[in-house]
Amino acid sequence: MDMPQPNARIIARKSSILALLSQVLPPDAVIGDPAETRAYECDALAAYRCQPLAVVLPRTTEEVSAVLRICHAEGVPVVPRGAGTSLAGGSMPTEDAVVMGLARMTRVIETDYENRFIHVETGRTNLSVTQAVEAEGFFYAPDPSSQLACAIGGNIGMNSGGAHCLKYGVTTNNLLGVRMVLMDGTVTTIGGPWDEPGSLDLLGVVCGSEGQLGVVTEAWLRILPKPEGARPVLVGFAENEVAGACVADIIRAGVLPVAIEFMDRPCIEATEAFAKAGYPDCEALLIIEVEGSEAEIAEQLAKIKEIALRHNPVEFREAQDEDQARRIWLGRKSAFGAMGQINDYMCLDGTIPVSSLPYVLRRIGEMSAEFGLGVGNVFHAGDGNMHPLILYNANKPGDLALCEAFGAEILKLCVEVGGCLTGEHGVGIEKRDLMVVQFAPVDLEAQMRVKDVFDPQWLLNPAKVFPLAVSAGRRDAVTTGPGASPRTPGIFEDRKCQA
Amino acid sequence: MSGVMRPETEAELAEIVAGAAGPLAIQGGGTRRIGGAEGAVLETSGLSGVVLYEPAALTLVVRAGTPLAEVEALLAGERQRLAFEPLDMRQVLGRTGVSTIGGVVAANASGPRRVQSGAARDALIGVRFVSGRGEVVKSGGRVMKNVTGYDLVKLMAGSHGTLGVLSELSFKLQAQPEVEATLILEGLDDGPGLAALRRALGSPFDVSGVARVSGRSVVRLEGLAGSVAYRVGQLRAVLPGDVSVVEGEASAEIWRNVRDLAPLQGPEGDLWRISCLPTHAAELAAAMGGTVLFDRAGGQVSMVLPEGQGEALQKALAGRGQAILLRGAGALPFARSSAEVLALSAGLKSAFDPKALFNPAQSRGLF
Repeated sequence: MDMPQPNARIIARKSSILALLSQVLPPDAVIGDPAETRAYECDALAAYRCQPLAVVLPRTTEEVSAVLRICHAEGVPVVPRGAGTSLAGGSMPTEDAVVMGLARMTRVIETDYENRFIHVETGRTNLSVTQAVEAEGFFYAPDPSSQLACAIGGNIGMNSGGAHCLKYGVTTNNLLGVRMVLMDGTVTTIGGPWDEPGSLDLLGVVCGSEGQLGVVTEAWLRILPKPEGARPVLVGFAENEVAGACVADIIRAGVLPVAIEFMDRPCIEATEAFAKAGYPDCEALLIIEVEGSEAEIAEQLAKIKEIALRHNPVEFREAQDEDQARRIWLGRKSAFGAMGQINDYMCLDGTIPVSSLPYVLRRIGEMSAEFGLGVGNVFHAGDGNMHPLILYNANKPGDLALCEAFGAEILKLCVEVGGCLTGEHGVGIEKRDLMVVQFAPVDLEAQMRVKDVFDPQWLLNPAKVFPLAVSAGRRDAVTTGPGASPRTPGIFEDRKCQA
Repeated sequence: MSGVMRPETEAELAEIVAGAAGPLAIQGGGTRRIGGAEGAVLETSGLSGVVLYEPAALTLVVRAGTPLAEVEALLAGERQRLAFEPLDMRQVLGRTGVSTIGGVVAANASGPRRVQSGAARDALIGVRFVSGRGEVVKSGGRVMKNVTGYDLVKLMAGSHGTLGVLSELSFKLQAQPEVEATLILEGLDDGPGLAALRRALGSPFDVSGVARVSGRSVVRLEGLAGSVAYRVGQLRAVLPGDVSVVEGEASAEIWRNVRDLAPLQGPEGDLWRISCLPTHAAELAAAMGGTVLFDRAGGQVSMVLPEGQGEALQKALAGRGQAILLRGAGALPFARSSAEVLALSAGLKSAFDPKALFNPAQSRGLF
């Protein structure tokens, strides 16, 4: 994975940039020592790493603004970072960049149950938002698998989803407003605790812009009353295609489960060996969860059972109590860990039309044989958000490159059947160069024009989302500050900062 | 350029825009234009028809000029619907014509179910549009979850034709519920009547409508028959006032009236739509007087006021929400915004429509 050539003039000015930052931040909020900045060299896409120039850990919006004003004047790129759990390299720095970590901005500013919102600082973790309101019977709906660790700021940057978004939507559907700092230090509020901004939907385009439009320091989030109860069922099938058809029938029937999760045989076997959840021996299984009162759960499950039985499942398992419900989810929740026990893996995130599920699974199986790399599938079937896990050996020369090539072919397949490259993880650096598969030049140009408006100097997280060759002209046109220099255009070989 | 232009393909549309020398007034069905028309009329009704409908994937792709009624009839045939309950503002705005699906999206026109299922912008999963540069741009697609690149889909929804001409739209659909029922709460003043709605919305009973109209508070429940019966029982036990329950068509009629602002169709005066905190709604209505309809438990207040009450309304709002003048002198589809938001909006306007071709009257709200 290539990254742009770092700006040597910025690196040469490291000590004076640190001095400027130290004028506006307390000593413990500016990190320049390479021994300490190492902790910020990568995110959860750990195959790629690079030491940043410096790390700042502001405590207030005003501090964020002061730092951005300095970096703007100095022409220094800034990489915003929530908790560093991005699977797409969204918060991976470059050598000439300042990492803006939000980890110290974790306050709950206001909770308002009658108006159903919570106002938080964006360094706060996803799960702790729900924890802040659950005593009153509320929750925050988007629930990425990393919810224990991931920050709301990162969720907004990537428009994160989760297992339950089939019913509740993703971050953008649960975000009411943000306080945001633009690259030049301007502090602005977009939206607010009420439903509608009354302007262009700037919030809609900020959410999912991968930290390229501004640094979001506060957010107003919709909180929802918790349902009375929830219960999963597990259905095993002899064929992937049949499981796929069962998903389509359930959706069609108008029952709205909160989650429909899918696992294929390689995943089931790996999780069984690891977590011993007691899953059936079958080709594919679905975990379907419904919510409501006891009577409502029973009513929905009866419908689902009727549909599932038409597809001759190998097994239909209803949770009779809390412990059985927990065991049904256990395997699914430990799937990534289990696959990690067998091997290194790369997790993809393409989304496809639900109707293409059987075809895409078959093709992935064929490609797995062609590339000679194993693959397990575990994903959100209700909305077609796949998570193929490609197994490789990080210590074997060439295996990562082979894995990347296989991954690229799977994502191209997703686009080919009418889907997209990423359903919830984001583009980051990982899928950047595949953007041309999904978008025509004019589509990418339209998106980049949005960044031009928010960040004309292209200093915020500049090496992400767009293929480097496509964004080169904009990134190289740094015109202000001592960092200004005619950087060499095009894609660079940077041996220091790549896998 | 004079007369009405009516392209029949996206390519023709792009050609017209690329060759346009002066302002264009984009017209879907012409049913809910807020703020007047300036420029040569560009009609989208020629861009009509369904591109793809997959009921089993809850997905619809449709050209922007397709009449809303046609879309709704098609979906009803499969017992599906647009979850956001598009409203029909012809009566209240005093217009005729045929609502198009593109117009609905351009106005982000969403009904009472927004509290449960979101707005048009939330159901919209893909767009194709022609920018002011005459380029055909796409964003999103036809899948439910998609974070590939910037979400221009949301930006286009509710942009009132100021950034581009919509040509094709993709939606996530919803199955029609088995049954619906409405609890009617009578004998309560606005204060307690709205408090009851907030209580219903904050309950685990998954309400799909909470409005206050003509002195009655109404709460809608939809879903499987057993579930609706259960939830009606639970809410009935805790909500105040004289509670009665209606089902089926009687329930549906209540929500059509809320959706289309029926009580505000008669009275003369300026029509305002306010987005505010539900707890602020009763106070706001009391301060302003006039004819009022509360939706979303008070999160949206529509009111007819005498002319020239704009400043008084802003004062009563005190920055805790926003107000749009839908009908009256100076009507615009956008509310007052901060200097920063306006600067960004103006920047986006010139990025997408550098020659300022589209909807100049509406675009004034962006500067």
